[in-house]
Amino acid sequence: MAIDLRRFHATFFEESLEGVAAMEAELLDIERVLQRSGGVQEADAERLNRIFRAAHSIKGGAGTFGFTDVAHFAHALESLLDDIRSGRRALDLEVVGLLMRAVDCLRAIVLAARGGEAPPAEAEALRVALERAQTAGRPASSAPEPVASTGSGWEIEFHPHERFFHTGNDPLRLLRTLAELGQLVVRADVSRLPAWDSFDPELCYLGWSLTLQKPVARSALDEVFAWVVGDCELQLRPIAAAAAPSDPGPKTEERGATSIRVATAKVDALVDIVGELVITQTMLSQLVEDFTPDRLARLRAGVAQLERHTRDLQDAVLGIRMLPIGFVFSRFPRLARDVSAMLGKQVELVISGERTELDKAIIERITDPLTHLVRNSIDHGIETPEERRRAGKPAYGSIRLDAYHKAGNVVIEVSDDGRGLDRERILAKARALGLVAPEAELEPAQIDELIFMPGFSTAESVNDLSGRGVGLDVVRSNIRALGGGVEVSSVPGQGTRFIIRLPLTLAIVDGMSLQVGNEIYILPLAWIAETLRVQPERVSQPAGGPEIISVRGEYLPLLRLDRLFNLPGRARELDQGIVVIIEADGRRAGLFVDELLGQQQVVLKSLEPHCARLEGISAATILGDGTVALILDAGSLVRQAYSAASLAAPAALGAAQAAAVSTTVH
Amino acid sequence: MHDTVSVTGTPRSGDSEQYLTFRLDGLDYGIPIMQVQEIRGWTKVTPLPNSPRYIKGVLNLRGTIVPIIDLRLRFNLEEVPYDALTVIVVVNVGGRLAGLVVDAVSDVIALAPEDRRTPPEFEGQANRQFVQGLAQVDDKLLVLIDVDKLVNHETLAEAAEAAA
Repeated sequence: MAIDLRRFHATFFEESLEGVAAMEAELLDIERVLQRSGGVQEADAERLNRIFRAAHSIKGGAGTFGFTDVAHFAHALESLLDDIRSGRRALDLEVVGLLMRAVDCLRAIVLAARGGEAPPAEAEALRVALERAQTAGRPASSAPEPVASTGSGWEIEFHPHERFFHTGNDPLRLLRTLAELGQLVVRADVSRLPAWDSFDPELCYLGWSLTLQKPVARSALDEVFAWVVGDCELQLRPIAAAAAPSDPGPKTEERGATSIRVATAKVDALVDIVGELVITQTMLSQLVEDFTPDRLARLRAGVAQLERHTRDLQDAVLGIRMLPIGFVFSRFPRLARDVSAMLGKQVELVISGERTELDKAIIERITDPLTHLVRNSIDHGIETPEERRRAGKPAYGSIRLDAYHKAGNVVIEVSDDGRGLDRERILAKARALGLVAPEAELEPAQIDELIFMPGFSTAESVNDLSGRGVGLDVVRSNIRALGGGVEVSSVPGQGTRFIIRLPLTLAIVDGMSLQVGNEIYILPLAWIAETLRVQPERVSQPAGGPEIISVRGEYLPLLRLDRLFNLPGRARELDQGIVVIIEADGRRAGLFVDELLGQQQVVLKSLEPHCARLEGISAATILGDGTVALILDAGSLVRQAYSAASLAAPAALGAAQAAAVSTTVH
Repeated sequence: MHDTVSVTGTPRSGDSEQYLTFRLDGLDYGIPIMQVQEIRGWTKVTPLPNSPRYIKGVLNLRGTIVPIIDLRLRFNLEEVPYDALTVIVVVNVGGRLAGLVVDAVSDVIALAPEDRRTPPEFEGQANRQFVQGLAQVDDKLLVLIDVDKLVNHETLAEAAEAAA
């Protein structure tokens, strides 16, 4: 009869983490209001209710599934929230801070429970702090607890009302009856005991936490408490069978499995489209069943209809993977709060366009680059309050996060109203690093672009936030790896704006098809800087090493794809082929191919798990004729080009590289 | 979709296992039918750069990209041009798909445990690791192949290194 509850665990954890995130967001809002008003504020009832509900449902779920650590902690949190809600505890910055820490801790406990690990060490201390923060010490009355009778026993929270004795009840009698059922551990809660001078002997001030270490039926307990339910706060919680810790289940599997929650409307749309598709298919089958040439027009119309439905279906299916960017944005208010507090800056984060949808995979992988940019803006962009006042700006710096759709892409902007990029310093630094030739004259936009160069960082001191060797070059290459791009624009004294462009989905890329020998390869457009025909005299092979091509004074290593891939068949002469300049990780290389066949959108197919990983290949796609074409990995190709080149002729390439970066601005 | 091959013949005893048999350079080989997903004719594949010679390339199997291994080349046998009888046996080992190019498929037979023998050990057998056992069927010797080892990434990677 035992139902395996484990299959619901993933959903429970997911919902709990969402609940935690919601609590955090509400707390941040409350805190901001408090800060603005400068102290204690009438609690915003609706916000508090939302936080309370989140804590309550986490507690309920945790109780049901036997995650007692989670349930206990959520209970403490819920009780404090209930006190605040009912006005027994004032809402001030101190409490908000405590709640914020508690929410962090709850997240850690939930994550620990998901990984089958013990809760973090600070959990117990924080739980005690939460309980202490309650003044009245009266735990919340709550919705009925789960009725399950499985497990190794019961935890009973029994808190009689003050007027308990007036109705002729004796708590001791109840405890004795319980003790007859099984071994009973009794803990008295004396937190409600008043000072002696206000003590009323006719009132009941005590509450009890009871642990009945025997799996009796729920009905037996109900019977014991049957006469007092109206006169006390009573919670019955089954203690999870010892199975919970000893049988953590398929741990790795649960951790690796990801799921998406999809809006019903999206699924409905999908069903509609599939319905249409079936109708069209039936129509076409009937048409070809007894086909005569005069029906050609109808056949064409049918095929056109089929195409349209297929496209709709593709859009709808990809739409299922789409999540609002708000999932990422929602973590930044907290980040901005913590970072600005650490730096002694005042920052307000303004978010818009959080409903803009992006592929789930992109959402997951854009989080780190965005975090870096937001930190960067607070750290380097926004000035200290005094500096801002001197510049005639409001003490509160403002950072904006905007997301919107533009021309089939999603654009995310991170902008601040800080001091802007210091071009003189950037240029001086770049010259010192040898990234720019001493005599080179650069446009302002070209100087701004230098901050994306590998190894470039103007941070004067290494602090906790930036300057950890992770620079904007990593941000750029991460975003490029997603098939997007990032640019910067800046006005001195007025602020800096980073503009990130991302594809809607990772499942489809815009690619260029290249012919090499008898094979067709796809190169994602995002990596292509330019394509050109070569004059053979521009290609040299210094010291018999790898070939180097000169493009407008820039020396780049040249890879011949047919040689690199050991392709059989004739190779074209240099003057008959095409060189595609690819750019990755701030470096460029030439790729020699026979012919460009044209641009097309291709659907990515992973080579794994059936095939081993291959150097220079990122994935595959299926062409219109059903054959497979491989998709080139520009990052790996550029690395190969440079490692081959540096092995053979380090000096020549060093010069070429320096020359390359000084002009790599576009 | 996993039952493209219709299975004929009845098992002789409870423990017997059915094998798909095929020919390769005049010899008969067998692989457990449970590991066979489907059999299809030879079609052109897309070569994978810098892969061992016996990996002919990849094929689109209804949207899944599947590597194709030429068993003749894998076993260091003489290479022959593909003809109308050449088939690709698509095997599924623990969810991992691979296509095996063989000269021709022959039959499906049931083998009881007592029919199977461990192969004799002697020096100089390059392909010994892929041989799971031997069986005598109607005066013919049947070499039973360990498909798991054959499509294993590690084995493939080793081979790739050896080829490089």
